[in-house]
Amino acid sequence: MATVIIPTPLRKFTNNTSKIEIKGGNITEAINELAFNFPDLKKHLLDESGNIRSFVNIFVGNDDIRDLQQENTVVKEDAVVSIIPAIAGGS
Amino acid sequence: MLIIETAAKSAMIADALKSFPNECCGFMFGFEEGSLRTITTSVEVNNAKEGDQRRRFEISAIDYMRAEKYADENNLILLGIYHSHPNHPAIPSEHDRIAAQGYFSYVIISIMESKFSSILSWQLNDVSQFEEEKII
Repeated sequence: MATVIIPTPLRKFTNNTSKIEIKGGNITEAINELAFNFPDLKKHLLDESGNIRSFVNIFVGNDDIRDLQQENTVVKEDAVVSIIPAIAGGS
Repeated sequence: MLIIETAAKSAMIADALKSFPNECCGFMFGFEEGSLRTITTSVEVNNAKEGDQRRRFEISAIDYMRAEKYADENNLILLGIYHSHPNHPAIPSEHDRIAAQGYFSYVIISIMESKFSSILSWQLNDVSQFEEEKII
């Protein structure tokens, strides 16, 4: 099973669970599995068109899926997938 | 309500002063007891914003991953983010609000003309607007 690391701000939508085991496949399948099991999480990951929100980064290991095959990036059985909120701002 | 332990508060203010006239940024860790949060540790990170850093900050995804790992390994909670507003009040801007995450405490340190001015904390409410979180 692959592991998804949920960032602290989204853990209220995963019953306070920080690490979730998923079957793997690719990123689209992984997100669908998460959204099925934790429906309130879905809108924080995907926009109205079903695309990954611009303020959400998804890494497989240490690699941004934008530098791999985007949503088609393969999630191997031993992979660690991190959901990472974009952190920015300023005066 | 938010308690910031002295060492963590001093470290954040020192980072803000050192970075002036640019914005600094970092993570805050600690624990929660009901609605009371206590920041025990702050960790400064590189402002990854390309270009003018006097009015913008950005934290890299890799640094964010490290912060979650640090919290996990040290049995702490990643409670929020701090950053500085050089020559601006410690009030969140629209840029701050758009990128903000629910749950996190956002501590802003105002530095005016190289001197510490004020420190305030903010949290998003249910309609994604910032409300001040009282520091006690």
